[in-house]
Amino acid sequence: MGAYVLRRLWQMIPTLAGVMLLIFVLFNWVGGDPSLVLAGKITNKEQIENIKKQLGVDQPAYVQLGYFAFEVATGFTCTWKSFTDKSESSTAAAKGGEKNDAKPPANSGCQAVRSWATNEEVPKILTSRIVPTLTIMIPVLLLETLLGIILAIGVAYVRGTLTDRMIMMVCTVAMSVSFLVYIIVAQYLFGFQLGWFPVQGWSDSFWKNITYYAPLPIMLAVFVSLAPTLRLYRSFFLDEINQDYVRTARAKGVAEKTVMMKHVLRNALIPILTNIGIALPGLFVGSFLLETFFSIPGLGREILVAVNRSDFPVIKAATVYLAMVTMMINLLVDVLYKAVDPRVTFK
Amino acid sequence: MSAVISNDVSAPLHQASPGSWMLAWRRLKRDKVGMVSLVIVVFFILMMAGSYAGLIAKNWSKEVGVSYANPGFMAGAENLEAVRSAVDRTVDKNAPKIEPVDLSDIDPLAPRYKEWAERTAKIKTTEIKRADTLVFGGDKWGRDVLQKAIKGAETSIFVGLFAALFATIIGTTLGAISGFMGGKIGDLLEWFYNIFTSIPYILLILAFAAVFASSPHLSAYKGVPMVVAILAFTGWTGIYRLMRSEYIKHASREYVKAAQAIGASDSRRMFVHILPNVSHVSLVQLSQHVVQFIKAEVILSYLGLGVPVDSVSWGTMLAEAQSELVIGKWWQLAAAGISMAILVTAFSMLTDSLRDALDPKIK
Repeated sequence: MGAYVLRRLWQMIPTLAGVMLLIFVLFNWVGGDPSLVLAGKITNKEQIENIKKQLGVDQPAYVQLGYFAFEVATGFTCTWKSFTDKSESSTAAAKGGEKNDAKPPANSGCQAVRSWATNEEVPKILTSRIVPTLTIMIPVLLLETLLGIILAIGVAYVRGTLTDRMIMMVCTVAMSVSFLVYIIVAQYLFGFQLGWFPVQGWSDSFWKNITYYAPLPIMLAVFVSLAPTLRLYRSFFLDEINQDYVRTARAKGVAEKTVMMKHVLRNALIPILTNIGIALPGLFVGSFLLETFFSIPGLGREILVAVNRSDFPVIKAATVYLAMVTMMINLLVDVLYKAVDPRVTFK
Repeated sequence: MSAVISNDVSAPLHQASPGSWMLAWRRLKRDKVGMVSLVIVVFFILMMAGSYAGLIAKNWSKEVGVSYANPGFMAGAENLEAVRSAVDRTVDKNAPKIEPVDLSDIDPLAPRYKEWAERTAKIKTTEIKRADTLVFGGDKWGRDVLQKAIKGAETSIFVGLFAALFATIIGTTLGAISGFMGGKIGDLLEWFYNIFTSIPYILLILAFAAVFASSPHLSAYKGVPMVVAILAFTGWTGIYRLMRSEYIKHASREYVKAAQAIGASDSRRMFVHILPNVSHVSLVQLSQHVVQFIKAEVILSYLGLGVPVDSVSWGTMLAEAQSELVIGKWWQLAAAGISMAILVTAFSMLTDSLRDALDPKIK
């Protein structure tokens, strides 16, 4: 077990290196010279030179890659050799953002990676935005799984009947309507027309958020994800329901309820858990559509705003760190698998 | 069948047995849901081709109706915005003319007014007769929503089809190489796959969108080609995985070994011998990804990361519809939402039917 975890961690290193390489290539070459992106409308040669020095793009590629790796590891960007106090504030000024920060300690040589647009420290952005995202996404995942299991076991039980076919048909149709349409209509209907929920907003108090602002987005997300979940879970249950052990259980006179709840459910839970494992990393990205529509200051909306502003440091950091989170969660799920399914052995 | 002895002596002794595609087509023909879906999908694709060729919805950008014109089936409905826009246009004719105050002694432009008036008189202006109702209503600028929906369908389906096609080509080629060759090349491609899948999908799309949008090299391809590229470069991973496992399975089969024995090259075995035997997998994947990419395109365009403002897609229509709904103009939302729902439902059901029809295990 310990050896397995260690080996998996060891295998993560090349993947992570690859992720960083991909991000580096994308943002430093495919996206054009980052200093020009940052400079925006500035045409002054000298200023652009300063920005270049500050970003280190005048260095050879392997040095830049080294800097990037250091940024990822520490969350700090180190001042380049020729970086002087004069060009220090050009990062913020270039994008017209406010300089809301206290000056970084002048001679420390390093400062936190900052957003090009707002000059906020990127690690702080990510950690502060994750809370609203999780406030929405954790209830969504719990409700979705629970409702999905309950409904799927019911539908699987009446498989082949008209009810089953109708429900599956409704699911297919429901899945084909764009998430956008659901959000637009629900926000208009329940928020604007009926006034049951606030149209949008967020507060600092967790309790107010979860009871006042979050219910509509949560219910929407659950409603929309229910159709695909139900279809999937139903197929998991159907796979189990035709197994020999179910027939044996019935033959020896076990009550139908016990067969479904104990024998079938337990075995169907294994693929369901795999599926939750796949969905878990998405928890941290959040639903950027919901966050945008309902003005929830979460990670998804932050990333979207960053994309619209070409705020590269934020996108880069979010991508690399969320890739790490994804890999860790995948490992965790694989380890937990052992606890659920004793047939699994670590190789 | 076998019990009946044919009386027809003139029938040739050896009838060519139907190929696997023919059999699949026969199975599909028996599937009613599949056939109905196929007809709908073909209809949408013909519509796309027609609108691309300029046969239909050519004038989608013409402002033919009053602002927010009512749909034809609810012509009498109260519609303040439409009335206001109609009044705005007629007001200058009927209003009593107010004599302008004579400012000629202080107005430096006064001497040229006469000249301008003469020149204006020479230019003929044609007043477009704006319709009060349109078939499925009008948008803010009085454009026909139905035509917009058709034109939007063109963009969305085009993006979906081509992005899925490219993603399938990338995924199949890489999967074939990785599964067939294995070894160092296989490891390299697996590494590549792991990189792409360890980044959450939405984030990957947004990162590509951000980079492509700001790239100076790619600015010529902004709009539809860029959306196709973003979706294809991020969406190939699932197809790769499937094709790789198919190729691993087939590479050790006897027919491939036989081909090797008679000296068929690697690429020949990969793409001439194995590919036809696994192509049904990629066809189903292609169909599945079209649906996925149409949905993705709609969301990207809604967010402003997709098609440019001067063209229309279902996504940009939904973006407009959001503010229209607040003033009670629901038709644009309905037009985009319903047409998309019909296509996507049909396409998903066609995918299911295709999967059943192409599965040789089901007879």
